[in-house]
This record gives sequence, C-alpha cells and structure tokens, in this order.
Amino acid sequence: MTTTASTGASVRTAPDAPVTPRRRRTPRGIVHTGIGIVLVAIMLFPVYWMVNASLAPQGNSLNTGWLPLHPDTSGYARAFADQGKNLLTSLVVAVGAAILSLVIAAPCAYALAQFRIRGTAVLVFLVLISQMIPGIVIANALYTAYTPLGLINTVPGLILADATQGIPFSILIMRAYLETFPASIVEAARVDGCGHLRAFVSIVLPVSRNSLITAGIFSFLFAWSDFLMALTLTTGESIRPVTLGLYTYIGTNDTDWSSVMATAVLSSVPAVVLMIAAQKYIAAGATGGAVK
Amino acid sequence: MTSLDSPALAATRPADGRSPAAVSRPRRRGRSGDGALVRYAFIAPAVLYLLLFYGYPIVKNVVMSFQAYDFSTFFNGRAPFVGLDNYASALSNPIFLKALANTGLFTVGSIIGQFIIGLGLSLYFRRHFPLSGVLRSLLLLPWLLPMIVSAAVWRWILEQDNGVLNRVLEGTGLISEPIGWLTSSDTALVAVIMVNIWLGIPFNVALLYSGLQAIPEELYEAGQLDGATGWKSFRHITLPLLRPVVSVVLLLGVIYTIKVLDLIIGLTGGGPANATQTLATRSYELSFLEFDFGQGAALSNVLILIALLFSVVYLRANARAAKNG
Repeated sequence: MTTTASTGASVRTAPDAPVTPRRRRTPRGIVHTGIGIVLVAIMLFPVYWMVNASLAPQGNSLNTGWLPLHPDTSGYARAFADQGKNLLTSLVVAVGAAILSLVIAAPCAYALAQFRIRGTAVLVFLVLISQMIPGIVIANALYTAYTPLGLINTVPGLILADATQGIPFSILIMRAYLETFPASIVEAARVDGCGHLRAFVSIVLPVSRNSLITAGIFSFLFAWSDFLMALTLTTGESIRPVTLGLYTYIGTNDTDWSSVMATAVLSSVPAVVLMIAAQKYIAAGATGGAVK
Repeated sequence: MTSLDSPALAATRPADGRSPAAVSRPRRRGRSGDGALVRYAFIAPAVLYLLLFYGYPIVKNVVMSFQAYDFSTFFNGRAPFVGLDNYASALSNPIFLKALANTGLFTVGSIIGQFIIGLGLSLYFRRHFPLSGVLRSLLLLPWLLPMIVSAAVWRWILEQDNGVLNRVLEGTGLISEPIGWLTSSDTALVAVIMVNIWLGIPFNVALLYSGLQAIPEELYEAGQLDGATGWKSFRHITLPLLRPVVSVVLLLGVIYTIKVLDLIIGLTGGGPANATQTLATRSYELSFLEFDFGQGAALSNVLILIALLFSVVYLRANARAAKNG
C-alpha cells in the first residue's frame, strides 16, 4: 500500500499513458480544471482567510477586506515578539520527537518485517490498537507520573509524550515497506560476517530511505501539531509549544485577531513547506498508515 | 571468499569482511540460534516505550478510576480505594448523558458529512484533467495543519459580529440577525460538526481516491458495452468494489472522531452550557480543571471501551479487505 518506492509510481502510470488521449487539453478538460479549482478554492478558503486576516491592521479587525490590499505586517511583528520563543520550543520538541520515533521504530519495524521472531503478530496487533487509544487517556496518566519525576514543563517530557503518535505510525509504515525488502541482500552480507546491527545500519537503512523520510515527516508533524500533551503536561510560560501559545492567545478577552492569525500562519508553515517539498512522502503517508 | 560476493555487495565487503567476527563465526549456520538476543534487541526499545507510554497509562487509568485521586493526592500521595464511587458519580452526573449524546451526534454527523463530500470530491478528481493531481494534493492541506490552528481560524470565521460567515449570510439576505455560531447553545454543536467535517474531508478523499484507483479501468469499459454508464456504473461497479475501503474509512473515521479534543477545546471549550461537551472533553475537564483524576479516569475508561469496540470491528474489516484485495 505504501507507495514509498519511487519507481512504483512511474511503473503504474506508464501502461495507460498511450491510451488516454483525453488527458490532453481538450475544452472539456479545461472545464473540469475550472470546476476543480473552484472546489479546491472553497475547501481552502479558511486557509486563505487566515492569511488574509494575518495581514490586516492591528485591532479586532472590524473591517477585514476580501483582499489584503494594504498588507500590514504588524500582526507578524507581535506574533514573533509574543510567540517566537514558543515556535522555537515547538521546533525543538518536534525534531526531538521525530528523531526518537525513528530511532525506536526503525529497528522494530525491520525486526517485525524480516526476523521470524515469536510474538510478531501480537506486537503488530498491539501497535495497531495503540493508535486508537484516545490521547486523553495517556495524558491523564502521564500527568500523574510526570509530576513526581519532575518531567512536567520539560522538553524531554514533551518529546517522550509527543512520540506516542509517531512511534506506532512509523513502525507500521516502515514495516509495510520492509516486508517487500529482499531478504537475500542482508543474508548475503550476513554470510560475509556482517552482524545484524551492521547489516541494518549499512544496508537496510540506506535502502529504505524513502520510508524513513515519510515516517520522520509524519512524526514531526504529529509532534508539531500536538496540543493535548502541551495543554496537560506544561503549566507555565517557560516551556510552551506554539499550539498552546495560540490557544492562550485566543483565550484573552479582547482578541487581537491579526496577531492570532499571524501566529496561526506561522504554525502552519512546517505543514505547508513539507507538503510542497515532500509531496511524494506525504501522499505515501496519507494512505499508508490506515490501509496496511 | 571474494568470488562468492555478488557485485552489489562489493562496496560493503572490504570493511566487513576483515572484521574478526567474520573469521570466528561459523558462516551460514543456525539462522535461528545465532543472535536470538540480538534480534530481540531490535524490538526491545519499541516494546519498552509502548509499555511505558501506552501500557502504563491504560493500567494507571483503570487503577485511578477506583481511587479517590484528586488534588490532595499530589501533596500527600494518598489515593484511597473507593470502589465504584467514581463511576457512580461520573456516570450519574447529567453532564455525562449530555456528553454521551453529543459524542454520538458529533461522530455520526461528522462521519456522514465527511464521507459524502469526500466521496464526491474523490470521484470528481478521479478523472484526468490538467492539474488534477496538483489540485487533489492541495486538498490534503487542512489535514496537515495543526488542529488548534484550524480551531483558531474557524473561531474567527464564525465570530458573531465580524466573522466572515455572518457577513456573507447577512449580505446575501439569508439571515437578518448575526448568528452566534459558537456562543449560542442551539448552534454550537452544529458549528463544531461543520468544522470537523471540513477537517475530515482530506482524509476521506485520500483513502477513497486510492480505493478508486484500485478499481481496474477495464471493468468500466466492459460495463460501458453493457450500457452501464453514469449512475449505473457507480451503483453496480464502483460501490461494490469500493465497499471494503468504505468500511475501513468509516470505521477509522469513527475511531478518530470519538477522541477529538483539540478542536472542541479550541472552538468552544465544551460550552456554551455543555452544548458541545463530549466524553473526551468532559474527561479532560474532570481531570485537569476539576482535578478529580479518579472521575476523569473513570470517564476515559468508558471512552477506551467504545474506542476498542470500534477498533476490533475495524481490524476485522481491514483484515477482510486485505484478504479480498
């Protein structure tokens, strides 16, 4: 299901390419494109409205125009002043959670896919189930465990908690890829006296680069987007991810919408950048985690 | 030794071939016996993590739900056993019934909306036309945004006096008075469902589109010869073949929707007057606002039970889909 192998896509589209002349720019095709653009525009209107409002002048934006004809960047200036530190916290936590997810999930995914060890089926089942456990259950218990351990209001505490989504997802998506990995390559290296660990690091990991990237991107996005753990496992302003910063921003009585929306835009940057720069991996992850 | 190497491995050989392990280890023997510990070491970190961050919380929730675990517990460490008291008080509270009903309405409403619109869009973008691929991947964007960002944006859109939705509705004469979408208990749940439908559409499009891609084109060509076009081909070819994917999409939708918390906290905080309170938000409220972790845990156990019920149904449907497809 995971279309992580880059060759997969081109192979699949190649056979039908010659028999589909309708893909050319016929008048009908143009009409379809027009309707498609309208549909996407409606769906993405809220995103546009966020950007538009972020460029409105300070205040409660009584009269936001339809177009940002006189863009005012003071919203961004205030957003950076108020939330700059929180953005940095989010970045550190999300990068940390992505690395942790890969370090823990990659060897496990490889073992589940390639070693015939007992308990594989049970472990895969538990990983699948774990994705369905409501986050509030985890947060409830983690708060009580973190308090005596001093992990409340700490970056490591948040990294560990935020990886709860990335790790099961990464295990599943990488295992799906590694099941197609030709065992003979590793066997050959093993014959040459290469240990399991060395074979894994120097052969398996480089070859499965694409699925590593997909898993890493999603683990990053899960942690970057996390709100519940931030809400429950931090109490002050010292360590505050931007999602929580945004929430406390809206909570104030006279909301300054232009800086709220500027913060919202800044919080969306990673998602947008990854979507443009890593479209292939995003598409693989979108379906790969759900339908095995 | 060199002659046995495949050319593909030549690059890795020099470094590995000379290691002492290569000399001492009897080669190609005892695939099962050799390094069993090493192989378990590959899964050990993940198992440990899952035990600590999933196993422990689940057990802890069950234990806490039978304890008077509240604010004082954090000071004196005492959490006396109280039997089923937490369940009795959490479940007999009128807010529980309200939250249960809201969870049901929120889930069913969201799923129906997401699925119908998602299916429509994926059928539309299934055709090949210029830019169809680009436009389809743009549709995924709302799904990638942090949920709290979407909540903030929609709060601004749905704002009573200056929100763009009321401005448009008033401008077109559809309403005469601005509606307090999120502040009136009559409309808050509907508004929250609307926003969640918007959030869930990309997920539905992604899965349904890949399901549609898996239906062979020849079937439609054959159907065309038999006069099955348009609605008929949808009814007799698309729907039956898409069924396994549909059940997976719907069940996963339910599993993800019943635990939604960020969005509701961000939009309404469960209010006004509990109009948008769900099991998840109520559990959060009990634990973290009222500091009654015992009752909060009791309620989240109810949530786990519901989630697991649907998870089992989902895993069976998924296994069936994998077998058939």
